[in-house]
Amino acid sequence: MSDTDALYQELILEHNRKPKNFREMSDANRRIEGRNPLCGDSLTLWVKLNDDRVEDISFKGSGCAISKASASLMTAAVKGKTRVEAEALFDRFHALVTGKLPEGEEKGLGSLRALGGVSRFPLRVKCASLAWHALHSALESGAAEVSTEREGDAPPPTEGA
Amino acid sequence: MSVTREAARGTREREAGSARIDAPIASLVDCGEFPLLAANPDLHYLDSAATSQKPRGVLDAMRDYYERDNANPHRGAYELSARATQRYHDARARIARFIGVHDADRVIFTRGTTESLNLVASAWGRANVVAGDELVVTGLEHHANFVPWQQLAIECRAKLRICAITADGRVDLDELSALVNSRTKVVAFSHISNALGTINPVGDIAAIARRVGALVVCDGAQAAPHLPLDVDQLDVDFYGFSGHKMLGPMGAGILVGRRDLLETMPPYQTGGDMIEIVSDDRSTWNVLPHKFEAGTPNVGDAVGLAAACEYLDRIGMDQVHAHERALTALASERLGAVQGVRIYGPPPAARSGVVSFTVGDIHPHDLATILDQEGVCVRAGHHCAQPLMRRLEVPATARASFYLYNDEGDVDALVAGVEKAKEVFG
Repeated sequence: MSDTDALYQELILEHNRKPKNFREMSDANRRIEGRNPLCGDSLTLWVKLNDDRVEDISFKGSGCAISKASASLMTAAVKGKTRVEAEALFDRFHALVTGKLPEGEEKGLGSLRALGGVSRFPLRVKCASLAWHALHSALESGAAEVSTEREGDAPPPTEGA
Repeated sequence: MSVTREAARGTREREAGSARIDAPIASLVDCGEFPLLAANPDLHYLDSAATSQKPRGVLDAMRDYYERDNANPHRGAYELSARATQRYHDARARIARFIGVHDADRVIFTRGTTESLNLVASAWGRANVVAGDELVVTGLEHHANFVPWQQLAIECRAKLRICAITADGRVDLDELSALVNSRTKVVAFSHISNALGTINPVGDIAAIARRVGALVVCDGAQAAPHLPLDVDQLDVDFYGFSGHKMLGPMGAGILVGRRDLLETMPPYQTGGDMIEIVSDDRSTWNVLPHKFEAGTPNVGDAVGLAAACEYLDRIGMDQVHAHERALTALASERLGAVQGVRIYGPPPAARSGVVSFTVGDIHPHDLATILDQEGVCVRAGHHCAQPLMRRLEVPATARASFYLYNDEGDVDALVAGVEKAKEVFG
């Protein structure tokens, strides 16, 4: 598979076209803005936490296919999970997109594996992890805003004129 | 881009007897003179508006300086330091000649356009702007010619006013006329828009500012590399640009200022080299240009920038401009024929070598990634011009920009890459 095909797998394109849980949520108890300032990508994430469990989760925003599909896949993956389970999934997902996941460990990731092609594109790791960073902040502190610039991901595309 | 001009010509056969009778547009230069391009013959570098590639002559000039003449200028009482001083002086004179400035002492070395504009906003601005004043910028500006004025306005309790742009991405001169009034202290605008390539009418904009005696500040980052420039003939008070976008090294740029303003305004930074006498409780300033060049100067990069001016003068800036125009017109026509492509900004004749575009609802970052896989380098994003993107109501665009080493093959690759992206996204 070419790098391009590995990145833009059918499942990614499908989630980009028709993202899951792409809606506002009026009864959420966590709402957070995620931003990738250098790209201009932004998303709003709503989480309804019930007794430490993600009872419902949704998002809206604008961004590239990778960030949108990743947010969509994430909402489907963490719904029903506890805070600890969701964080553990983030760790493994992050290892996947940065190419650090040990061989044979992909299994438990389910559909998230479709984003494995991102590991061949270090510049796009930020796109794939934007929603996850937002989720992490929402679960941890309920902070109102998260920026990829304060996270430890790969450098973004340069901003030069 | 191709390694030789002949090879470029051969990339596309003439279609004798058909409608197309022109030869394909060849590179203006032998790309073998650009080590990075020579080492990457399949690369289609279409991001020169961000930074240009460097010819060997520029790299050699810098190496030569460090190998033969390097010392701290203006200091040592020995011959080597005198040689370094001379190289620095000669570089300034060469650059002044390239941009049409007779009095080289008003040519100040900076790190680049950003520092040039910050210098003006900070040194001139703090000394002259007071509460209630108005600072006018346009909706086209790069953040480097927007944020310094915004911050100055906040600091001095002045008001930042943003001139509207027309639907096709030009400064709306009627709006500017209405906006500029007796409270206007500064009118700051770009000679050429980095995001759209719009060539602004410097004289018309300056004339509106002059009616009220406002300071005229022009961001020339996208003009100095691409147009024949005669700064003495432009009715501006300050003009800034960067060396790295015009074949020179990163780290050297220029601010040209009006002599009387530079002499009367306070310095930007203080320290070595820029002083005359330092008493315990006060200091006096050195003459121009040194007053605005605190610390050890960047002689190596200045020498490189002078070599870049030499190179461009050999080619001829009229030629460079005509070449980019031809490529821009061709790329606009070819891309415009692809279904779903939308090109931003005025018609090609009113633009420099920039094509800013989107393809259907494919996000520009995805487009740039796919183009990159096809060897085509374009910029994707807000181009450091978020206020402009908001006015265009688009979160991001892809931007292809041309320079003297590009050829028709690069346009072909760009169009093929766009088709490929459409295929991927169905």
